[in-house]
Amino acid sequence: MSEPATEPSAPTDRPDGAEEVDPLTFLPADEPVHLVDADGTYHEDPDHPLDLTDEQLRELYRLMVVTRKVDREAINLQRQGQLGVYASCMGQEAAQVGSAYALGTDDWIFPSYRELGAALVRDVDAAGLLHLYRGTWLSDHDPYKHNFALMAIPIGTQALHATGFAMGARFDGKPIVAMTYFGDGGTSEGDPHEAMTFAGVMKSPVIFFVQNNQYAISVPLAKQTAAPTLAHKAIGYGLPGRRCDGNDVLATYAVTKRAVERARAGHGPTFIEAMTYRMEAHTTSDDPSRYRTKEELDAAALTDPLARMRNYLTKRDLYDAELEAAIDEQAKATATYVRAGIYDAPHGDPMELFDHVYTDPRGHFEDQVEQLRAELEGAGDAEGQG
Amino acid sequence: MAVTMAQAINQALKDAMSADDRVLMFGEDVGRLGGVFRVTDGLQEMFGEERCFDTPLAESGIIGTAIGLAMYGYRPIAEMQFDGFTYPAFEQIVSHLAKMPNRSRGTVKLPVTVRIPFGGGIGAVEHHSESPEAYWAHTAGLKVFTPGTPEDGYSMMRESIESDDPVIFLEPKRRYWMKSDQQLPVTTQPAREAVVRREGTDVSVFCYGPMVRTALEAADAAADEGWSLEIVDLRSLAPLDTASIVASVKRTGRAIVVHEAARNLGLGAEIAARIQEGAFYHLEAPVLRATGFDTPYPPAKLEEYWLPDVDRILDAVERSLAY
Repeated sequence: MSEPATEPSAPTDRPDGAEEVDPLTFLPADEPVHLVDADGTYHEDPDHPLDLTDEQLRELYRLMVVTRKVDREAINLQRQGQLGVYASCMGQEAAQVGSAYALGTDDWIFPSYRELGAALVRDVDAAGLLHLYRGTWLSDHDPYKHNFALMAIPIGTQALHATGFAMGARFDGKPIVAMTYFGDGGTSEGDPHEAMTFAGVMKSPVIFFVQNNQYAISVPLAKQTAAPTLAHKAIGYGLPGRRCDGNDVLATYAVTKRAVERARAGHGPTFIEAMTYRMEAHTTSDDPSRYRTKEELDAAALTDPLARMRNYLTKRDLYDAELEAAIDEQAKATATYVRAGIYDAPHGDPMELFDHVYTDPRGHFEDQVEQLRAELEGAGDAEGQG
Repeated sequence: MAVTMAQAINQALKDAMSADDRVLMFGEDVGRLGGVFRVTDGLQEMFGEERCFDTPLAESGIIGTAIGLAMYGYRPIAEMQFDGFTYPAFEQIVSHLAKMPNRSRGTVKLPVTVRIPFGGGIGAVEHHSESPEAYWAHTAGLKVFTPGTPEDGYSMMRESIESDDPVIFLEPKRRYWMKSDQQLPVTTQPAREAVVRREGTDVSVFCYGPMVRTALEAADAAADEGWSLEIVDLRSLAPLDTASIVASVKRTGRAIVVHEAARNLGLGAEIAARIQEGAFYHLEAPVLRATGFDTPYPPAKLEEYWLPDVDRILDAVERSLAY
């Protein structure tokens, strides 16, 4: 590995108080951090030692399997007309589960709309998350219960919320880290760049975790940037840019863990680019056959993150038929629970439309509240007469 | 001792930051410099660099991080240096600041105050004299306040900071130097209540922010003509105090709306609609508007021809009375 064993953060005499570091150490290594081959062979990396118990290794795999099962169930629900749309994370399970697993319970996640895997690590109710896609409400989980912010649909905007939150943690003297997810397309938007600028200057304990899944809907990475890698962008903001094999759950875990430790120690933000692949369409409304070939998909299937971790566990004698059955059962149970929570789920009282717009709504729309109430009563009367 | 609008707002910031250590003030040049209009003067000295700080020059970043800080539990006050530079932050304000409390069913509260010096009349270069209030007032989830007096500058700023809802606080920059003998602190009426600044019997004139003083000057001039104008300072543009607007029109039977912003789809359009809904049979004349023109804000040497002034208001009064 060409990266230093510890992230640089030397004190300095610079008049602005900024740290003097060799900026070249912020450049990503030539190759992404990779710990496990497709056949499960493990490569030791002294810079990224594994600190996981056997039980935790199994848990990482279990979380990925449950993610894929629920993800598939969501696609099925959309096909049955139960969800308006759904953005699958198939193929990105290792990137999400490994990175989220590296956080502590007090740390926060600021997701985009594709982070089912990260949500499941945080034990967010998966059926609740899907209400956004069903259209029953715009979110259905308490961010403060799971330290998991609302899913953000406008691309990259959540990077600033994570950065502000991390600034707050630092002002407050609390060892809390914020991590935000966005994609390769997101790195072209303005907000992640403003976020990295702020985070660098403010030394915010924030991690910018980019899942480079190769496509922004139909636009491939080559049309998104001329940078050598996305991680190269980080140095421009004074952040270390790191890369990992995003289909290797142990690599995404280890690289994120190091960034978390760096942030928690007060050394500031890190940018991580996880190399992965979106195996499904952008959303259920998308038709990827218009822009990518079957050969490409077949090749991507060979890098499947679930098979890789299963091969690793098997080599370590941590995987057997009993575990497989238990994990499958849990995945099915979660999918069944999600289906039960979403299928034909009713919307709430239309009057709730007015309830949360303001904490103090006086003067804003009293007449409209009355109007909708009257319309609802009128509709009720008409039904009664029918 | 006289206090200016800028000093009154400055005092409100100081008092709010003294009262609650969760209150933060940040933006471009607000720290060491004390703001380009000196509204944040002395804050960094008093409260330190973690409570009043300069940010990188990025408006979306300022609002986006304010949202994150508010989620953490702070009560951020974010300064946009000028009206014409709020547009990079438009998405963060409209898609997140305004919507997140509703999306979260009230779980997430965003007690963010966005301070924006706004309006023209100071001979400024392009992009420094705009009146973007209709964008914010049109956006559900935001409150939009603008003071017309130093007293309100103090009291409405305190109210904004204490509000659990996000507030766009529009500071009439041409009135920053307007003086009052009022001792601070002062508590005026709640911002959602419009205030009759001058009672009158012939025509109601609805105004806000920088146009309050202009409208009062017009009332003086109108008195010389024998016309009695009632000057109503709206103070809050979202929500609008419809009841006070309608009550005034019921007293006078005539209404004129004054604002610097361009006429097309400005606040005047909404106010006129509410008046005709609430006081239709009391109207002796159509609701008229004295506003900026439907052009981009003009170059400084031409702004006197563009901005509504006493003459444009009196012309509207005359047309109303002639009906």
